[in-house]
Amino acid sequence: MIGSEKVGMAMPYLRGFVIACALAGAAAAVQPDEVLDDPALEERARDLSQGLRCLVCRNESIDESNATIARDLRLLVRERLVAGDTDAEVVEFVVDRYGEYVLLNPPATGGNIILWAAPLALLLLGAGVAVAHVTRQKGGGEVLSAEEEARLAELLEERR
Amino acid sequence: MIVELGHFALILAFGVAIAQTIVPMVGAQKGWAGWMAMARPAAVVQVGLVAFSFAALTYAFVTSDFSLRLVVLNSHTDKPMLYKVTGVWGNHEGSLLLWVLILAAFGAAAAIWGQGLRDTLRARVLAVQASVGVAFYAFILFTSNPFTRLETPPFNGEDLNPLLQDPGLAFHPPFLYLGYVGLSMAFSFAVAALIEGRVDAAWGRWVRPWTLAAWLFLTVGIALGSWWAYYELGWGGFWFWDPVENASFMPWLIAAALLHSAIVVEKREALKSWTILLAILAFGFSLIGTFIVRSGVLTSVHAFANDPERGVYILGILVLFTGGALALYAVRAPAMQAKGVFGTVSRESALVANNLLLAVSCFVVFIGTIWPLVAEMAFDRKLSVGPPFFNAAFTPFVIALALILPLGALLPWKRGRAKALTPLWLVAVLALAVTGLVWAMQTGRSLAGPLGAGLGVWLVVASLVDLLTRTGRGPWGQRLGRLTRLPGADWGKALAHGGLGITIFGVAALTAWEQEAIEVLDVGDSLTLGRYEVVLEDVSRVQGPNYVSTLARMHVYEDGRDIGVLPAEKRVYPVARMPTTEAGIDNGFLRDVYAVIGDPQQGGGWAVRVYIKPFANWIWGGAIIMALGGMVSLLDRRYRVGVAQRRRPVSVAGVPAE
Repeated sequence: MIGSEKVGMAMPYLRGFVIACALAGAAAAVQPDEVLDDPALEERARDLSQGLRCLVCRNESIDESNATIARDLRLLVRERLVAGDTDAEVVEFVVDRYGEYVLLNPPATGGNIILWAAPLALLLLGAGVAVAHVTRQKGGGEVLSAEEEARLAELLEERR
Repeated sequence: MIVELGHFALILAFGVAIAQTIVPMVGAQKGWAGWMAMARPAAVVQVGLVAFSFAALTYAFVTSDFSLRLVVLNSHTDKPMLYKVTGVWGNHEGSLLLWVLILAAFGAAAAIWGQGLRDTLRARVLAVQASVGVAFYAFILFTSNPFTRLETPPFNGEDLNPLLQDPGLAFHPPFLYLGYVGLSMAFSFAVAALIEGRVDAAWGRWVRPWTLAAWLFLTVGIALGSWWAYYELGWGGFWFWDPVENASFMPWLIAAALLHSAIVVEKREALKSWTILLAILAFGFSLIGTFIVRSGVLTSVHAFANDPERGVYILGILVLFTGGALALYAVRAPAMQAKGVFGTVSRESALVANNLLLAVSCFVVFIGTIWPLVAEMAFDRKLSVGPPFFNAAFTPFVIALALILPLGALLPWKRGRAKALTPLWLVAVLALAVTGLVWAMQTGRSLAGPLGAGLGVWLVVASLVDLLTRTGRGPWGQRLGRLTRLPGADWGKALAHGGLGITIFGVAALTAWEQEAIEVLDVGDSLTLGRYEVVLEDVSRVQGPNYVSTLARMHVYEDGRDIGVLPAEKRVYPVARMPTTEAGIDNGFLRDVYAVIGDPQQGGGWAVRVYIKPFANWIWGGAIIMALGGMVSLLDRRYRVGVAQRRRPVSVAGVPAE
């Protein structure tokens, strides 16, 4: 296990964060003072926030988390939006600073193409096998095993 | 003393399981009836021993025996009695004990009700079931002993994680384990059949109820977990695509596929080797789930007892059982000859499509869950796979599945004609009309709402049509009368399929039409959200049994009409040093009003969030209906009457009178 050793080392570190996030979980995430006056911009900010990961939490977006860093990121996103950035520019800005780890939607680049293409490939493969199976099975016929033949004969005998 | 006896009983159960693995298996190979017969009493004794062991641990929790390490870590004298009991499985060691208890119980159930089974098959099934038990007993006894004592017991315990002190979550794990472990039964049947080299209709008939039971427990368990997340986490999310949630969802998907393919084996003796493979995979995914939750390799919100060493052990169990079974499968499966042939347009074909979609959708969840690990090891990229990926990659499968479902349900077996689908034209028109209507009614944007409504109507109405077509021909009065006499399986099918439609609609509606307000309110202030007005009446501090709470009372008005006061709480559990949110929720048929109290603000007032959650309860309502469908189908009397019954010797007529 390559992963387990790393997790082992990361544990105390993680544990601290989990408590931070749990504390966060108890309160609301987006605070009233963060909300932008322009509803259209705020809407975009919320959509973007839902796709960005809270760096210290387990699997929570910054929109859901109340960790300090999530709040900082939410404010950052809003700052960029107010400054006139497009959605793509905002995401790029965040990724430049925090790495692609913040993206909850992994981009289909490099090795990730496998992630996005594998389900479709499997579906096509499975469909091919299934179609072949269904169309080819014609000749199978309903054949009885020797044991069943014997039982059939026995039953017919009883009838008589 | 009782604790030591419990520990001892567990060790004895371990020994019995070892014997139960070896003796009946050898007996079945050699044809020794006496050795085979050992399996049944062994299975019963085993469950008795584990039950005693579990009762002993429960006793320690109930009496707050703080000389036990596990009790210290997970209990407290102030904790309400309900949570003292549920605390038994609210931790790694105790939950494993529950795991083996259920495993042994399923084994004993198969021993008791398996009288109709061939002797060799029964002996092998019970032996395989016991072998799974052996692995887990060893795991508990050697790495996760719940009966460890402390040399110097403390005065009080450290309390249970407050998030677990909730009725919804208290019973979420037992249901999930019943589901996970229930699939071990299908696994044992599959492996036994592979060893025996024989799969027939009777086998399908035996496997299906076990799978159905496991699936229905999983359904209830997942629904409970999702419902809990909805009301407890403070913002009404109901599904997060969290690794641990996925861990329970993958076996559910495979179990659903297995359920359907076992029907094909039972009715038509086709798809045999595929069904065996699914049975192995279903339990394999249960083990993967156990691995994910307990190893901490994939960190998630609610993984507990993260310990890499234990993870390696579970990985070993996973590789041993799944790998071993798959190897056996590779050797033996080619011998499984299908008997029933079927046409391209037939229910069998539709069920093949169902299986394909369910299996691939499970694969989507699987690859998304493990991808961060793969990416880090193979491409050295630290990345996340979150809800946006799963929503995009999983949803198409749900839609495809929902679209073909009624077609398969109405097509006849073996060779169908498109004529059988005529009644569906009307349903399709109705569903499309509803889709259009909802599209026109909503204020722009989302496609999810109309699509969900259309699919919901399609599934629910088609299920009703399916039931009606089962009543045959004749005047409507007669047909409705026949409705009540339809077999349980027909009703179960209609309920489960209709329930799926309701859940799909609930998810789509909630996602598409939720409304939210976040504002700072002073006591006495109000906010407006859609047709609702919410007044913050007062905020007070309240002392609970083992927590302190900030209690906000929010008065809600709908179009000026008073609909009551919602209590929204923010609790702090001082012993566990953790806060929780208790949202104030007004449950309604068409919508929930969901109110949360936040932090006090620097300039005075409180952060208050209010949500309108349309059709929220339909999500879990649908799941409950699905589970109910499973139960009705399980109670079908055809399972009890004449199931692979042994031919009884003709009784001698004329018993002499005493």
